[in-house]
Amino acid sequence: MFDTAQLTKFVFGRLSLESLPLHEPILILTFAGVVMGGIVVVGALTYFRLWGYLWKEWFTSVDHKKIGVMYIILGIVMLLRGFADALMMRAQQALAFNGSDGFLPAHHYDQVFTAHGVIMIFFVAMPLVTGLMNYVVPLQIGARDVSFPFLNNFSFWMTTAGAIVVMISLFIGEFARTGWLAYPPLSNIGYSPDVGVDYYIWSLQVAGIGTTLSGINLIATIIKMRAPGMSLMKMPIFTWTSLCTNILIVASFPILTAVLALLSLDRYVGTNFFSSDLGGNPMMYVNLIWIWGHPEVYILILPAFGVFSEVTSTFSGKKLFGYTSMVYATIVITILSYLVWLHHFFTMGSGASVNSFFGITTMIISIPTGAKIFNWLFTMYRGRIRFELPMMWTIAFMLTFVIGGMTGVMLAVPPADFVLHNSLFLIAHFHNVIIGGVVFGMFAGINFWFPKAFGFKLDEFWGKISFWCWVIGFWVAFTPLYVLGFMGVTRRLRTFDDPSLHIWFIIAACGALIVAAGIGAFLVQIGVSVWRREALRDTTGDPWHGRTLEWATSSPPPDYNFAFTPVIHDNDPWWDMKSRGYKRPLGGFKAIHMPKNTGTGVILAGISIAMAFGLIWYMWWLAALSFVAIVAVAITHTFNYHRDYYIPADEVERTEAERTQLMARVAS
Amino acid sequence: MSRLRIVLLLPLVALLGGCNFVVMNPAGDIAVQQRNLVVVSTVLMLLIIIPVMALIVMFAWKYRQSNTDAPYEPDWDHSIHLELVIWAVPLLIVICLGAVTWTGTHLLDPYRPLDRVGPGQAATLNPPLQIQAIALDWKWLFIYPEYGIATVNDVAAPVDRPVEFKITSSSVMNSFYIPALAGQIYAMPGMETRLNAVINKPGDYRGFSANYSGAGFSGMHFVFHGVDEPGFDAWVKKVKASADTLTRDSYLELEKPSENVPVKLYKTVDADLYKAILNMCVTPGKMCQNEMTAIDAKGGLGLANAGNLLPYSKAMADQSPALRRNYVASVCTVEDSTGSGNATPVTSIDTTPVLGAGLQRPAAQFRFTPALPPAMRRASN
Amino acid sequence: MTVMKAEALNGTDAPVFYEVDEHEHPEGASTMLGFWLYLMSDCLIFAMLFATYAVLGGNYAAGPSPKDVFELPLVALNTTMLLLSSITYGFAMLAMVKDKVGATQMWLFITAIFGACFLGIELYEFAHLIHEGAGPQRSAFLSSFFTLVGTHGLHVTFGLVWLFTLMVQVWRGGLVEANKRRLMCLSMFWHFLDVIWIGVFTFVYLIGVLR
Repeated sequence: MFDTAQLTKFVFGRLSLESLPLHEPILILTFAGVVMGGIVVVGALTYFRLWGYLWKEWFTSVDHKKIGVMYIILGIVMLLRGFADALMMRAQQALAFNGSDGFLPAHHYDQVFTAHGVIMIFFVAMPLVTGLMNYVVPLQIGARDVSFPFLNNFSFWMTTAGAIVVMISLFIGEFARTGWLAYPPLSNIGYSPDVGVDYYIWSLQVAGIGTTLSGINLIATIIKMRAPGMSLMKMPIFTWTSLCTNILIVASFPILTAVLALLSLDRYVGTNFFSSDLGGNPMMYVNLIWIWGHPEVYILILPAFGVFSEVTSTFSGKKLFGYTSMVYATIVITILSYLVWLHHFFTMGSGASVNSFFGITTMIISIPTGAKIFNWLFTMYRGRIRFELPMMWTIAFMLTFVIGGMTGVMLAVPPADFVLHNSLFLIAHFHNVIIGGVVFGMFAGINFWFPKAFGFKLDEFWGKISFWCWVIGFWVAFTPLYVLGFMGVTRRLRTFDDPSLHIWFIIAACGALIVAAGIGAFLVQIGVSVWRREALRDTTGDPWHGRTLEWATSSPPPDYNFAFTPVIHDNDPWWDMKSRGYKRPLGGFKAIHMPKNTGTGVILAGISIAMAFGLIWYMWWLAALSFVAIVAVAITHTFNYHRDYYIPADEVERTEAERTQLMARVAS
Repeated sequence: MSRLRIVLLLPLVALLGGCNFVVMNPAGDIAVQQRNLVVVSTVLMLLIIIPVMALIVMFAWKYRQSNTDAPYEPDWDHSIHLELVIWAVPLLIVICLGAVTWTGTHLLDPYRPLDRVGPGQAATLNPPLQIQAIALDWKWLFIYPEYGIATVNDVAAPVDRPVEFKITSSSVMNSFYIPALAGQIYAMPGMETRLNAVINKPGDYRGFSANYSGAGFSGMHFVFHGVDEPGFDAWVKKVKASADTLTRDSYLELEKPSENVPVKLYKTVDADLYKAILNMCVTPGKMCQNEMTAIDAKGGLGLANAGNLLPYSKAMADQSPALRRNYVASVCTVEDSTGSGNATPVTSIDTTPVLGAGLQRPAAQFRFTPALPPAMRRASN
Repeated sequence: MTVMKAEALNGTDAPVFYEVDEHEHPEGASTMLGFWLYLMSDCLIFAMLFATYAVLGGNYAAGPSPKDVFELPLVALNTTMLLLSSITYGFAMLAMVKDKVGATQMWLFITAIFGACFLGIELYEFAHLIHEGAGPQRSAFLSSFFTLVGTHGLHVTFGLVWLFTLMVQVWRGGLVEANKRRLMCLSMFWHFLDVIWIGVFTFVYLIGVLR
């Protein structure tokens, strides 16, 4: 019936032994490292019998706090991968001078810069941001969980599944060689016939489902589950920025999903959306993907703005200056972020009027952003500023970000953009706002809320080392890129022949190494803090003299967050409670209604990986089978009507009594 | 922190001296004006950025916790006057910048013919020099239609004479950029962009693709010679003295992907080659884009012509996966429509815009039979 | 409201900082809002496909145009099927409100039949076009047409799977609160698809033939 070749082709699609990168020593070594590390981790988990614990308490958990923590762990793990790519790029560009070809062939280098961009945006920044929002928002609004707890777990695992698909591409096949937005015609089947772009498409599609659902979830949570008394204009700023971010997610990720679907139709079915021959138009892809892509950068930066607002007012010991204008600034940014996408390709030749329209809308965004900076500034004014780690990150952010904003407005002037577009100046600009804004914000947030999540503060010494390495490393790495931009050096180049550029690339590589030390110090900081956790213990639940509701409960908070639903009278409810003689309730507890854990999210995400793998390698049987399985599992899940349980009143009482004792012991 | 910065900055200052800041110090009038816009916008923004940065540092220092002399007002959170200022000042700056942007964008629109070749120097009545620039995988082809010559990775223009580049691409997107001359503009397949510019100082300048286009992208650069009139004539003479000619056939050969391509000169070039490249119909028998657009504007060719597709020849398809799909067959020549014309290069294709008005519906003259053509045609190849 | 009362009963100015009563968050309180948000995100996907069709819908690549490929009588029949299915779904919801399990199930089943007819006719239309050589690969116009209409069809297919699942669940559990909520969601989904189809019918088919 079948001959062997046909059978092999049916079973394995286009996967063969040649798809394994056996000729790339770098990848072999990485693979060996990953396998060794994996064996150690799996061995340790088995030895300490942690699998059951992990499965029951974490993987299947629908608790927004645990899901938030898992998102952040995912972000940090992927940061290591994304940063390894960054180091390779910096090394390649520092080496490839004077006729040298560097150490990466084009086939590998082009994957590295694509993977770096994709991973840093989708699998580092997004999980960190989503993780923080997931952890903090329900606590800040006095809720016990999000609106759709199961969906939350499912979203997390879909994001992880997307990350896993990207990681598989490292060892089986290859990743896209198109740049992180995969512009056609380069990403069409004609110019990228191998699996790279398919890995790109399916990892983003799988993760995109998770992101969209998590956006819907958090909007519903913020709209529906606020504690009584918390009107919209009494919401903490971080919750406000989260609301706007999630609105942006829900209103932009479907566009990404659709545009990637069209690209995959071009690649798999042979349609003509973005091919040039039969009536398609590749520039339509560029427009569509940036209609998603520009809001995406605000999706990342708005929550960071929220963190800075919370941190500034907490550590200045003051109410946030200009709460109302802060809220309106956030809303204005949300709306305007949809009116600027064309500034990413002024050089397409759209004509002067179109270009100036988009240039001016871009500049207008800098007005609310500037207002925010002023608001933080005047929050510090006449405050009592404590320079703890979160505040240090915030000051560094303000000084760094204004420069990034300035270079951004320079790029928004179309004729200026013509000389700077796609140059290393542009690279320096967006790293300036993404590292200086989002990454600094995430570190501020992690240092700020870590004691809430785990019950002990992060070690300050290592935190400071990490801080200084990051800040100095950032400027050492990216100032040379600004300079190189003025020398007319374009991005994504693999080799150079002008020796006068060399020194700048060497400086930039040194900067990258300093940042690497910063990442290392951050990991050490976590390790040391766990080691010294008793010394760093926070028993009060309020280690920073906080202002918002999350500091009202214990650190870490109980599963149910609040024994009684809080009632809000002020923008800074916890500050208000403290200053007006709030007494913690000690009795009269009632049973609390909570959602039950479920493994469906993990299972669905696992099958999604199989389906993506089948589609990437043309193993149609696998794709079809996994698809049917996904539908079957999802339907089966809906037959389970018992998704909740009650925490009995005496258990609540016991938990609260323990906290009372702990607080009494510390006080005495 | 600030002391550290100063220490770090010192060697930077030393380094900056030895560099060629071509974007900040260009040799063409357009690039100079663009540079001026960069400077103006930076200065306008520094008006607000510098005070803000100073205030951040000042407030952070003055209101530190240990300074108990500083006033502390924990409940002060609003001031209508301050709010007005912090919204109005950026607004004013953006209004200024917006005005500069609007005028600058229109004045420096790359499509706009030059009205000056330098400050106070009006453009002469001479029409601008025409250069057609085509991004190939991975080299640049330049055609001088007025001289009938073509070059690869080498281009020259006389000083102080306006040049009009017409730019397109054969395969994927690139960006045509000569920093010393003028800002960049995309080169896109099947589309034409334009760039009007002028070079003011003689010299050899670097040009390259500024948009990643695949494996050979790093080597996709060329030299732009700004030369005086006699020098330009000599350059043209040199090209005319070369041995090669650029025909459709040799273009199809040149179009194949290649990296780090040395300079090539062509003494003659097919008159319609650029139009054929732009309309993606260099391959004999393929329908040109403008022809297709004209037919589409007239409502297409109906279901009967749904099968009017041809595969690229096997040799071409083997060479590039991009050619492993069908294209629409040209309907302009009778011998092609009957499937016999593919063996000889079709030179009689009218590549000027057909506009469709003169086109007869195929039913009148000749009919495609949908079931047969692809197989038949492949056989006849 | 509990808050206000507590404060009033207190009789003092001492602020109330927590609710003494466990205030009930009924399961599914946010479901309708969440589902609306989902529908809006889905609507964006359709908006994008409509935009794509608007941009590429005139690029026939010297092949067939809407006039050549659309058969309005067939599309009219198809539209009737979908509109009728929306009406019958409405009847199902009316029956549900009156807690009539049998009638609800019957109307759901009739809805499913209309939905299946719609899909059948659409598949016939697609098969016919592909057979004539006017498949999605032929031109950008046909690519965007097939994708827009096909995406809608895919949604209807999922709606049918969902509908049958719900019928089984109603059959097993009766019209309990959770099932009613799910039927409401599917109702919104089904009518949403109807609205999208009216857009498709008008902008793609009618204007296509008129143009």
